[in-house]
Amino acid sequence: MTSADSPTVVAAGVSARVAGRVLFGGLDVTMAGGQVVAVLGPNGAGKSTFLRMLLGLHPVAGGSLEVLGDRPGRRNHDIGYLPQRRSFDPSVRIRGVDLVRLGIDGHRWGTPVPFLERLLDGDRADRRRRRLDEVIERVGAARYAGRPIGEMSGGEQQRLLIAQALVRRPRLLLLDEPLDSLDLPNQQGVAAVLRRIAAEGVTVVIVAHDVNPLLGYLDQVVYIVGGEALAGRPEAVITTGTLSRLYGAPVEVVRTPGGRLVVVGQPEAASFHAAH
Amino acid sequence: MPPIERWPGLAVAAPRLTWNLQRDLHQLLQYPFMRHAFAAGAVAAVMCGAIGWFAVLRGETYAAHTLATVAFPGASGAAYLGLAPLVGYFAFAVAGAGLIAWLSPPGRVPRERHSATVGAVQAMALALGFWFVTLYRGFLSSLSGFLFGSFLGVTTDDVLVLAATAAVALGLLALLGRPLFFASVDPRVAEAAGVPVRAVSLLYLLLLGGAVAEASQFTGVLLVLALLVVPAATASTLTARPAAGLGLSLALAVGTAWAGLAAAYFTNRPAGFWITSVGFAGYVLARGASAARARQGRRGGRSAVA
Repeated sequence: MTSADSPTVVAAGVSARVAGRVLFGGLDVTMAGGQVVAVLGPNGAGKSTFLRMLLGLHPVAGGSLEVLGDRPGRRNHDIGYLPQRRSFDPSVRIRGVDLVRLGIDGHRWGTPVPFLERLLDGDRADRRRRRLDEVIERVGAARYAGRPIGEMSGGEQQRLLIAQALVRRPRLLLLDEPLDSLDLPNQQGVAAVLRRIAAEGVTVVIVAHDVNPLLGYLDQVVYIVGGEALAGRPEAVITTGTLSRLYGAPVEVVRTPGGRLVVVGQPEAASFHAAH
Repeated sequence: MPPIERWPGLAVAAPRLTWNLQRDLHQLLQYPFMRHAFAAGAVAAVMCGAIGWFAVLRGETYAAHTLATVAFPGASGAAYLGLAPLVGYFAFAVAGAGLIAWLSPPGRVPRERHSATVGAVQAMALALGFWFVTLYRGFLSSLSGFLFGSFLGVTTDDVLVLAATAAVALGLLALLGRPLFFASVDPRVAEAAGVPVRAVSLLYLLLLGGAVAEASQFTGVLLVLALLVVPAATASTLTARPAAGLGLSLALAVGTAWAGLAAAYFTNRPAGFWITSVGFAGYVLARGASAARARQGRRGGRSAVA
C-alpha cells in the first residue's frame, strides 16, 4: 500500500501559524496514492488549517510542503475538497445536481445556457451529463439529486457534496469532517464509498475528531494535538502510550473481542488553541 | 406630501380600458411618453431581473435596499451640484457598493458577513442625502416622485443611456455568471477551485449598485425592490433550476413592469404602486402554489421535485 511511486503529499517539518501564533510544528508525512489518511486531534488544533495549507489557501509558516509534485495551490484542479460542515438552509433553492456540476466547471468564466450548450456541443454536454449521473449514483444520491439542496437532510447534502468533490476524478481528496453529524448507517455508507475511491488510487485525507468510525480503513494517521504533530501507521501511533502522552491525559486503546481497535477517553472537547 | 404624479393629456382624453385588446394597446402606446416608459421599463426590468436573481440567491436583498437608499444622496447631491440626477445615482451607487465591500469583515459567506456594515452604510447614506437636501431646498418638491417613482419624463436619450448601461452590466454579468453562482452557493469550495471570491463579490455589488440606480429612476428609490427582488424571489420559488430561474426572473420582471405601467395608465394611479402590487401578487401566488405542491407531494409519499 505504501509503495510511493509518486507521493501525492510530502510534508517535511511543516509548521502553521495563525494570527502570528504557532498552531503546530514539525509535521513530517508522506502520503501515497490509494492511501486513506486520517488527520486527528481536538477542535482548534489546526486540522482544517492543514487542509487549507494543502490547497494553498493558508501559507506554510515553516518547512516544506509539496502537493502532487508542486507547490500547494498549483494543482488544485486535481484535488477534491469538502470543507467542514456546510449546511444549506431551506431558502437555498438550488438542485443537488447543480451543486455537483459546479465541481466540474464552476470556476470557469461565463454563464452556461443549457439549451445553447446542447446545440453547440452535444457530445460534451452528454459526456458531462453521464459523468454527473455516474458520480451521483456512486455516492448513492440518485434518488434525490434533483431536489433543492436546502430541503435535504444533512446526510443527503453530505453525499452530494462528496459527489461534487469527486466529479473531476481528483488524485487527492481532502475531506473535512465528512462523517460529522451523520447517523451511523450514513457514516458507514460514506466511509465505504471513500474506501472504494481510495482503492482506485486516490489519496483520501479525512479530518476527524473521532477516530473510531474510521479505524478499520486507515493506512496512516496524522495527530495534531497541542502544537505537536505526529504521523505514522495507525498501529504505531494509536497506542495507549502514544495517545496518552500526546493528549496529556489518560487515553486507552483497547481491542474488542471482534478484533477491532477502540480509542477510549480521548478528550475531544479539549481545545488547546482557540483559532479556527 | 405633495400630490402624486398626474399623467399629462388626461384632461383631453381619459384612457379607458375596454374588452378590445387592440384598442387598449393603441391607447396605451399612442403617446411618446408611454412608449418611452415601456422601453425604459423593459430595459430596467431585464437588468433587475438578472442581477436580482443573484441577490436573492446570495441573500443580499438588504444590500440591494441599501444601495437603493444610496441613490437618495446621489440624486440630492447631483441636484445640489447641478449635475444630471443619473450621474449622481450611479456615482453614489457605485461608491456605496465599494464602501460595503471594503468595510465588510472578511467572512467568506455574504450572509454571515455584512448586514451590520450594510446597515451602517445605509444610515450614512440617508444622513448625507438629508444634508444635501437642506443645502438645496428645491429638491424637496420632487421628493415623492423620487421616492415612489416617476415614469413621466423619460426621453429617447434617457432610454438610450439606460440601454447602454444595461448592455454593459449584463455583458459583465454574463462573463461573471458561473463563478458568481459558485461563489454564492459554495464560497469555500469556489475559493479552492480558484474563483477569486472576494473580487467576484465586489464586482457583483457594483453591478447591483448599477441595477439599483437604473431601476430607481422608475420605481423610485423605495420601491426598487419591486423589480429587483420580487420577480427573482417568485422565480426561485417556482424553480430550483438555475438557468430556468434566471430566465423566469427576467420574464417576470419585464411582465411586472409592463403590467404595472399599463395599470397605472388606465387607472391614473402611480406606476410604482402597480408594479409593486403586480409583483407582490405574483409572489404570493407562487408561494401558495409551492406550499400546495409540497403538501400534495407529502400526501402522495413523493417528494416535491422542482
